[in-house]
Amino acid sequence: MAFTENNNGGRHKAPLELWIRATFLMLGSIIVTMLGLMFITFIIGRVMPIDPVLAIVGEQASKSTYDAAYEQLGLDRPIIVQFALYVWDVIHGDFGKSLLTARPVSQDIARVFPATLELATIGVFVGIVLGVPLGVIAAVKRGSWIDQVARVIALVGYSMPIFWLGLMGLLIFYGILGWVGGPGRVGIFYVDIVPSVTGMILIDSILDRNWLVFKDALSHIVLPASLLGYYSLAYISRMTRSFMLEQLSAEYITTARVKGMSESAVIWRHAFKNIRVQLITVIALSYANLLEGSVLTEIIFSWPGIGSYITTALLSADMSAVMGGTVVVGLIFILLNIFSDLLYKVFDPRAK
Amino acid sequence: MNLLDVENLWVKFPTRQGVFDAVRGVSFTLGRERLGIVGESGSGKSMTGRAILRLIRPPGIVTASQISLEGDDLMVKSERQMREVRGQRISMVMQDPKFSLNPVMTIAQQIIEAYRLHNKASKSEAYAKSVEMLEAVSIRDPERVMRAYPHEMSGGMGQRIMIAMMLIPNPEILIADEPTSALDVSVQRQVLSIIDKLVTDRGMGLIFISHDLNLVADFCDRVLIMYSGRVVEVCDADKLRDAKHPYTRGLLNSLPRLDSPCGKLQVLTRDPAWSDAPSVSGRV
Amino acid sequence: MTDIQTWRAWLLTDTPTSRRHAKLSAVYQGWLSFRGNTMAMVGLWILILLLLIAFAAPFIAPHDPFAQNLGNRLQPLWSDDHLLGTDSLGRDILSRLIYGARITLYIVGLVALIAPVTGLLVGTVAGYVGGWTDQVLMRITDIFLAFPRLVLALAFVAALGAGIENAVLAISLTAWPPYARIARAETLTIRSSDYISAIQLQGAGAMRIITKHIWPLCISSLIVRVTLDMAGIILAAAGLGFLGLGAQPPSPEWGAMISEGRRFILDHWWVATVPGMAIFTVSLAFNLLGDGLRDVLDPKDSEK
Repeated sequence: MAFTENNNGGRHKAPLELWIRATFLMLGSIIVTMLGLMFITFIIGRVMPIDPVLAIVGEQASKSTYDAAYEQLGLDRPIIVQFALYVWDVIHGDFGKSLLTARPVSQDIARVFPATLELATIGVFVGIVLGVPLGVIAAVKRGSWIDQVARVIALVGYSMPIFWLGLMGLLIFYGILGWVGGPGRVGIFYVDIVPSVTGMILIDSILDRNWLVFKDALSHIVLPASLLGYYSLAYISRMTRSFMLEQLSAEYITTARVKGMSESAVIWRHAFKNIRVQLITVIALSYANLLEGSVLTEIIFSWPGIGSYITTALLSADMSAVMGGTVVVGLIFILLNIFSDLLYKVFDPRAK
Repeated sequence: MNLLDVENLWVKFPTRQGVFDAVRGVSFTLGRERLGIVGESGSGKSMTGRAILRLIRPPGIVTASQISLEGDDLMVKSERQMREVRGQRISMVMQDPKFSLNPVMTIAQQIIEAYRLHNKASKSEAYAKSVEMLEAVSIRDPERVMRAYPHEMSGGMGQRIMIAMMLIPNPEILIADEPTSALDVSVQRQVLSIIDKLVTDRGMGLIFISHDLNLVADFCDRVLIMYSGRVVEVCDADKLRDAKHPYTRGLLNSLPRLDSPCGKLQVLTRDPAWSDAPSVSGRV
Repeated sequence: MTDIQTWRAWLLTDTPTSRRHAKLSAVYQGWLSFRGNTMAMVGLWILILLLLIAFAAPFIAPHDPFAQNLGNRLQPLWSDDHLLGTDSLGRDILSRLIYGARITLYIVGLVALIAPVTGLLVGTVAGYVGGWTDQVLMRITDIFLAFPRLVLALAFVAALGAGIENAVLAISLTAWPPYARIARAETLTIRSSDYISAIQLQGAGAMRIITKHIWPLCISSLIVRVTLDMAGIILAAAGLGFLGLGAQPPSPEWGAMISEGRRFILDHWWVATVPGMAIFTVSLAFNLLGDGLRDVLDPKDSEK
């Protein structure tokens, strides 16, 4: 009688077979999505432009360059073959050569990516550290002034154009008040002074124990990171509040109170525990959003990250660079989404 | 003699259309007996239970001349003092264990927590006590259950776990709010017999809230019938057939009986005068 | 007076006499509930104002938005004849703002038409037909969802060239997947209900069931979603405009105006600030409106 009746038909962990099958399905799903992504970029990069070769080699190219590229792209072959070639190249990290820098796009991306990573990571960190408590408090003290403030913060965050807010921030905090460093990652005097280990100047300067550079880098990153952090905070606090409200009206919360538990224990040990998994998904999504938000932010702050790279390439009609950047950002997006799905399955006992 | 003495309990909720009175002037006492509170949805019976434990939060307003637990007035207690009452002196079992148990904590964690909130004990002592309690509610493989999560349990099992969890601090009064309404009929009897045994063995007072008149009549000693926030009738369970109030008679007559079949079941007609009349006192 | 009162009573009755009566009653009560929400009403008024401004642009704009006057460039706010000053080419900012409203509405309107309709089609067909169709369509949806909106739009514009129509297309391409998801979820819920089986037994074909029975039920969640998305779409369009990828100069698109004013931000801050405020206001209005609609149409989803 004890365990024959239950809700999901199998109390024990699924046998190895089922687990392997599930993993395969998931991998298959990832691969299909990535292929789909590459297909779309392929269409955009090779099929849509009137002359894809021209888009890649640029208008100034000589006939021999043009012909070589034509060969390489296999434009006379059927689309499927072209796509296969494309995928093959991408898997090997070959995105072609950038028109602007005359270097392999993959190299360029490897160089600029840490800058974006640094920015987005600090942004998400701010979003979590400030956003989660704000969301919890807004839910617990629903209707109070804190809740209203949280609502306004989120509303503004959802309505304000990020590039405009960044511009205003630069105007006020740099132009007028002079509290922070201006555009760029470091001041002119500090460029390339610390050896680049991770590509993230803050970390590299700590590793090099160069506090002057650290301070300078900090003063330059604080504004763009705060900007991204604000948007992250708006989103995370809103989602946290929503999740918490859902939990706080659940019966098990009443049970906890009936047991004689203190309110803060009820909130953190019961309600919050139930939203942890959902929060992870939200954080992964926020990170992905910030990658996208950094495109515009980097332009305002002349931040040499992947967003700047793509837009500069765009304005110079450097197709390979644009496509390479798009594929990379797209792939990271997919990975983040998959990662959060995975974490969900790992941490939620009901999903087992 | 009296475990609980509730006098003139009112529960009000301000709404956009004015103040809604969920419970209106309810009074009753509870000894070491089983008191049933019967009513339809919206009669205020669940609210009464929750008001006793002072679980109703603003904007709800609870007033009473007194809610005395063995002479101790709960209405004047601070929140912190109430926390010592909840669980330890009065406990409550709710309707659906699917929702009333925390889905992301193991059963062990939840029962141990219930115990350690009111007893200074080490984790292993609490664990042992919890296993003991699970055995007391007729769960045959308590160790396995301890490791499990609520969603892996059936309804009857979950409700027994709930009972174990709520009785482990050894309260004097148990409020059972529709404890069997979410269960299959075959399982209802099992759960009821467990409640029966435990309440009798421990000499507890029981408040049994339900919409099922027959069930309450069978199980309880005294019955309070509530309608529209008021108590309209109080009587002993075995004298229920002789109930006088038209609402009670209406309820009784609208249930089919094997021993006196009738052609057509009576439909309950409500008289607005019932909600205007003052509450009958259930105090002894 | 009595006429209105009887109308009101008719609309608020508990016992409608016909289907049309019930529908009108529901709409009216929904409207009353919406009206009680001040912030939502503020949003609505702002949007009505926007519509009026865009409509009446030729009549209310004090100057020609394209008229340059290099001798009068970068005039500050409240200069005579130029309430909001002039930009780097001496064009009146207020007039450009007013005409820019038209562009904003154009973009928003088109996307609001293309994206949800596409999503509705894909989602309901996938949800109703199921099987391989469902799998394939959902894969495609997921792939488009996997793209960061702005980056995809950038890539798209890079391939096809800048311009307002391409911008609209690019934004729509990234905007439709969520609607497909919503539509599919609703379809799945409805599909298994008894009344659908009843209609199928009467011989209704798939197309009829989808269009006449499933679509109406998806509409309300879609409407809420569209309104809430509008803000994001406006911001995306402004972003593209800022990058020079949307409406091309000399078009007075608000995002492009910010870009033009960026160079002069330190000494002539209003050139970039004012269009940004306009974008913010309109986005905010859509968000408020969307929140209000959600409270009325999908109360269980609302955050109150």
